[in-house]
Amino acid sequence: MTTTTEQTTQVYAVFIRATPEQVWDGITKPEFTARYFYGSVIDSTYEPGTPYLGWAEDRSQQYVEGEVLEADPPRRLVTTWRALYDPETAAEPYSRVTWEIEPAGDNVTKLTVVHDELEAAPKTAENVAGGWSYVLSGLKTLLETGEPLQS
Amino acid sequence: MDDQVFRALADPTRRHLLDRLFERDGRTLTELESELEMTRFGVMKHLRVLEDAGLVVHRRSGREKLHYLNPVPIRLIHDRWIDKYTERRVSALADLKNELEESA
Repeated sequence: MTTTTEQTTQVYAVFIRATPEQVWDGITKPEFTARYFYGSVIDSTYEPGTPYLGWAEDRSQQYVEGEVLEADPPRRLVTTWRALYDPETAAEPYSRVTWEIEPAGDNVTKLTVVHDELEAAPKTAENVAGGWSYVLSGLKTLLETGEPLQS
Repeated sequence: MDDQVFRALADPTRRHLLDRLFERDGRTLTELESELEMTRFGVMKHLRVLEDAGLVVHRRSGREKLHYLNPVPIRLIHDRWIDKYTERRVSALADLKNELEESA
């Protein structure tokens, strides 16, 4: 994605054959996130004002740093976001990630990720542009088949 | 869902709309219309097909309806179809390379 200008609001949506509760577990439980989120385990109590942290599975390195702004299981999660895996993105201010979970028919759930407030974080905007599609595709595969995508 | 995505992509105007959104996301119908030699109704119709396929999603911002490119369905097709076939070809080439090198 080198030819695109950095988008300050990015929207990603996917339909998943699962319940909203299963989708919520998929995005909040570290044993799930480790299997599709670039191998990272997410640490958070999901209380507003508490940290939202992403780590390498062996905890040797921190990938993501943020804070929970809103948590309404199984409907909505909003966190701040700073990517630490790259010195350029780590130097940028926080952006914001919103996960919206909506029932969309018989055992189908629509998951929308909005990554915004990226105006002051152009490197992050560029960096995550391809990543969210990969993450959502992996989450869908994991929840529907019980297996992660082949990497 | 795959059928809808392939059908939506099988039209040059719709691919052009996706490219415009790829360049700059979050546009109104009026902005998109100004870049295409097409009636407002025509643009709406194509946007509708793209939205039904999940390739475009809209969000409200005040009174405006902003359209965003959603690349996830293309990623799903990539993971479901393209990876599968290219992987075999890549591994076939890797095998050939190994064989040639061993016999050299």
